[in-house]
Amino acid sequence: MSTLATDASERLRQIIARAEALYDDLDFKVVKEWKEQGKNRKAIGFLPIYVPREVIHAAGALPVGIMGGADRIEIVRGDSYFQSYICHFPRSVIELAVSGRLDACDGFLFPSICDVVRNLSGMFKMLFEGKWTHYLDLPQNFDNRLGGRFYKNEMRTIAREVGKLTGVEVTDKRLRDSITVFNENRTALRRLVHARRDRPWEIPTIDYYLLLRAAYLLPVEEHTAMVNEYVELSAQAGRPRMDNIRVAVRGAFCEQPPLGLLRTLERAGCYVVDDDFVLGSRFIEQDVDHHGDPWDALADGFMNRSLPTASKYDQRGTKHADFVQRVRDFKADGVIFMAPSFCDPALLDQPMLVKALENAGIPNTSFKYSEDTGQFQVIREQAGTFADALKLWGKA
Amino acid sequence: MKGATAEKDASMQKQKEMIASHFTELARVKDTGKKVVYTFVPGNLTELINHFGMLPVLPEINALQSGMRGKSAEYISIAEKAGHSEDVCTYVKTDIGMLKAGNIGPTGEPLPKPDLLLLSYTGCFTFLKWFELLREEYDCPVIMLHVPYQGEGEITPEMRSYVADQIREVVIPQFEKVSGVKYNEERMREQMRLSVRAEDDLVWVLNSARAKPSPIDSWFGGVYYIGPMFTSFRGTQDAVDYYTMLREEVQERMDAKLGPVTPDGQAKEEKYRLVVEGPPNWTSFREFWRMFADEGAVIVASSYTKVGGLYDRGFRHNPDDPIGSMADYCMGCYTNLNFPQRTEMLERYINEFQADGFLINSVKSCNSFSAGQLLILRELEKRTGRPGGFIESDLVDPRYFSAANIKNRLESYFQMIEAKRKGAKS
Ligand code: SF4
Ligand code: SF4
Repeated sequence: MSTLATDASERLRQIIARAEALYDDLDFKVVKEWKEQGKNRKAIGFLPIYVPREVIHAAGALPVGIMGGADRIEIVRGDSYFQSYICHFPRSVIELAVSGRLDACDGFLFPSICDVVRNLSGMFKMLFEGKWTHYLDLPQNFDNRLGGRFYKNEMRTIAREVGKLTGVEVTDKRLRDSITVFNENRTALRRLVHARRDRPWEIPTIDYYLLLRAAYLLPVEEHTAMVNEYVELSAQAGRPRMDNIRVAVRGAFCEQPPLGLLRTLERAGCYVVDDDFVLGSRFIEQDVDHHGDPWDALADGFMNRSLPTASKYDQRGTKHADFVQRVRDFKADGVIFMAPSFCDPALLDQPMLVKALENAGIPNTSFKYSEDTGQFQVIREQAGTFADALKLWGKA
Repeated sequence: MKGATAEKDASMQKQKEMIASHFTELARVKDTGKKVVYTFVPGNLTELINHFGMLPVLPEINALQSGMRGKSAEYISIAEKAGHSEDVCTYVKTDIGMLKAGNIGPTGEPLPKPDLLLLSYTGCFTFLKWFELLREEYDCPVIMLHVPYQGEGEITPEMRSYVADQIREVVIPQFEKVSGVKYNEERMREQMRLSVRAEDDLVWVLNSARAKPSPIDSWFGGVYYIGPMFTSFRGTQDAVDYYTMLREEVQERMDAKLGPVTPDGQAKEEKYRLVVEGPPNWTSFREFWRMFADEGAVIVASSYTKVGGLYDRGFRHNPDDPIGSMADYCMGCYTNLNFPQRTEMLERYINEFQADGFLINSVKSCNSFSAGQLLILRELEKRTGRPGGFIESDLVDPRYFSAANIKNRLESYFQMIEAKRKGAKS
């Protein structure tokens, strides 16, 4: 290995060590530190999938993604709030909350994703009466005059309420500036996603994933720098190319898979070249206009240009075609559906997507997981068999 | 008593005839040319559908009836074999399975295909997926009516205008296009006047359970009473007549100090007055009801009978503002309330109906109802000091109805109430 490659590998290791430390930071220390560095700094926790972080940023607060505790916290009290047939995610969010780990957050935003998160918003209202808690109803009507107007009003409510906490008024100028810094972040994430699409052996799934997760804890500017540096150096590290198949993953947009599961996929011979992990970090892939009316621009981003996902109504009726096109654009050989157990949106969406793939002759397989799954043997065998079959019998 | 039973038969008979004639109409659409709209119960736009001379089909009701007719296990299995997860709502799977098995309705005849899918998206995310799935089977337009959730515990003017504008600018024009009929506000006012009359009587019936003994069972019996109101008949003379009859019959029972009629006839002594949260189970409906009736337990109020509107908390359709009140109606259904509102409503029921305790029937299918119910349980116990019970079942999947288990739980629950009574006396 050349010195350049060694230096690059070492620096990449450091970046990922930092990202992993953030991932492990279940006490949200990094958020507390950020708050201590300035006067009247506030943090707003938000749940999957998507909230307009630009608005929170423009109000001078830190948007903090709350993604559950994966396999790293013991659920002591969370289970007493949910029946066995509810997914794992809300119990670990409740566990984080009742154990005081979310105290760094001064408010919470619950976007409309499913009935579980919806109900959780009201549970937070009852359990944490003093905290600002808001349910963000994202529009399912994608007409600018109807859903668009409603959504802009929702965003303005958030701006006003968060602004009350921070003492900052969200002016159009501030919001445009926030859009600009998030556009820089979007550019960095596009580079990361494309680098993985083109050279997946240079960016292990786990690194990619940890970089996405860092987006939910770091100030956006810092995260952009982190991703840019990683992508640049990844091309120099000289990582070996394996004979893996290329897969797209769907279903993991809310409750997140444990890291062990992501490692297992790669070890089983699958490069994940497209996915819906931490989807809110890149829900609007292309830049948002930062010249005109910023509220219109953000509404347009969500309404007309955000990625398709199970909790969003497919108004145009193009979900089959769009999905197949995406799989082809990312040159995936096959698709792995991996959804959290009991996740209604993901599991109800799946048969439609499977049908689209079958009509297009694209191989696929599916399994369920829970964020605290600890045994991966079965999944390893299934993914391994899928990879072997594709290698043997040809790819899509 | 005889008179009361005869009256009961009359209202039951009336309801049966209404349903039968609805299904006859559905079976005859090829001849009559009437258009068919599939839509959901919560926040439904029945007056509007009738206004355009169209016929509603409610897939949830099909699923419920399939459950009662012992068909749902087979339908669920068909859907699961076709790739639907065992984890998801069984109403959807029952409907999909029924469709794959020929879409045979409760009368034994195939249901007509929809000319329109009205996705009135109130109080449940699964609806969205359900109609995306149905859309794949039918070649017809879909209207998405996005009904915002009362996340902050209120209906804001912005929410109201969002829904009203969608009704005005999307729903009505699409209905006009499919039906060929023009919207006529005056005629709609007339329909709404009829809605209000029936709504007043339904509320009277539900409130009759404040009496001791309660002349009605507000959950098992309640599901029959809400039938015409929550489905295809609101805003019709038939519905007005049905509720008049029902009211008279309940009045008679009240005058005679009679309890409700149960699957085994006249209820025994009223021993426990309960408030119930959650839907019932349909696959073992009568067996389930008996478990209560045998113990002298009467449900005096329930949240399930509010999934199609909170009439008892004051809502009425408003003939002076038809579209605005449709919007309010859509947003006001029980499952569109936030958690603090739901808890508060149950608390009021417990107090106002002088219940001995409350029970949660947590159904596996329904995240909308079930997610977080354990918090409601603890909160209500704390606020009211009355014992809370918790049982688990499903709507239409018989695999999740364990009679022995539920019976045990109920027995311990009734013992808890007894212990509390003794404690209070000593
Ligand atoms: S994992 Fe699925 S069901 Fe659970 S909260 Fe997330 S979206 Fe809802
Ligand atoms: S989740 Fe609940 S409200 Fe939604 S369709 Fe299923 S049973 Fe009905």
